[in-house]
Amino acid sequence: MLEKGATAPDFELNATPDQKIKLKDFKGKNVILAFYPADWSQVCSDQMALYNEMLKYFSKYDAQIFGVSVDSVWCHLAFEENRKLHFPLLADFEPKGAVSKAYGVYDDEVGESKRALFVIDKEGKIAWSYLSPVAVNPGADGILDALEELSKK
Amino acid sequence: MSVLKPEINSQDHIQGDDSASIAIVEFGDYQCPYCGDAYPIMKEIEETFGHQIRFVFRHFPLTNAHEFAFPAAIAAEAAALQGKFWEMHDALYENQYRLDGELFDELAETIGLDLEQFQKDSASEEIKRKIEDDFDSGVRSGVNGTPSFYVNGTKFDGGATDLYQMLKESTE
Repeated sequence: MLEKGATAPDFELNATPDQKIKLKDFKGKNVILAFYPADWSQVCSDQMALYNEMLKYFSKYDAQIFGVSVDSVWCHLAFEENRKLHFPLLADFEPKGAVSKAYGVYDDEVGESKRALFVIDKEGKIAWSYLSPVAVNPGADGILDALEELSKK
Repeated sequence: MSVLKPEINSQDHIQGDDSASIAIVEFGDYQCPYCGDAYPIMKEIEETFGHQIRFVFRHFPLTNAHEFAFPAAIAAEAAALQGKFWEMHDALYENQYRLDGELFDELAETIGLDLEQFQKDSASEEIKRKIEDDFDSGVRSGVNGTPSFYVNGTKFDGGATDLYQMLKESTE
């Protein structure tokens, strides 16, 4: 898993069938990457549902959040619509898990991303990373602490 | 280990003795079915452990997932202004199965609130801010879903049933 200080590997992933997100286009902004195993976990304990409620916190720190899993764009679209998610979910779908692997958070055995968080600073360096047990939703306090730290610089 | 921030204070809705040795804080959402399931267990915990327990409820509405979560939290806070937070809290969970926008006035009348005042208070910015402050406290304290429990200021890794079990073992 990539740690603090490493350069965040660039990527280009689909957020919708016809929209690609390139990490390098977000230079000058803080970026939060939330890798997670799969869409459709229970809503009250769902990590993405939590982040969805926190978008104004993230924008206060000039940060854009992306969820990343190996689910396809169509699965992401249905999930976003069902849960009324207002931030992009990226499909690390083809080649499967390539970006998760580049960040060192791919689980080869189950073929899913691990549950991992990265906060990337405005220069594209990893400022904070955290690997959570797969079954545990890591919440958002760590992300906020990292963003707070960056805002002091 | 996640820690409760801020600690229990005068802004909180508190049930039980100040001298109780165990303080439980729940972050909950009135529309969340798991919080609904936890509600009778919390009642049982309060009954079983009586004066040993102090119970605090803070709002953590998932507003995008649950359209009535925020309005319900407002209803509870508006009732609080008439000294009936817990009456509304209980009524909301007991009627969770039929939660909708029409329910709040009905419950306000049932628990004996001044309806006009209740409606006026429900529109207040201050109440909105109180709920947002609770949510903020949850986020800072590492709440990752609802319900989330804190026991004596530290996040409890489990649901209401696990909490009951833990209390039973630790007070034996």
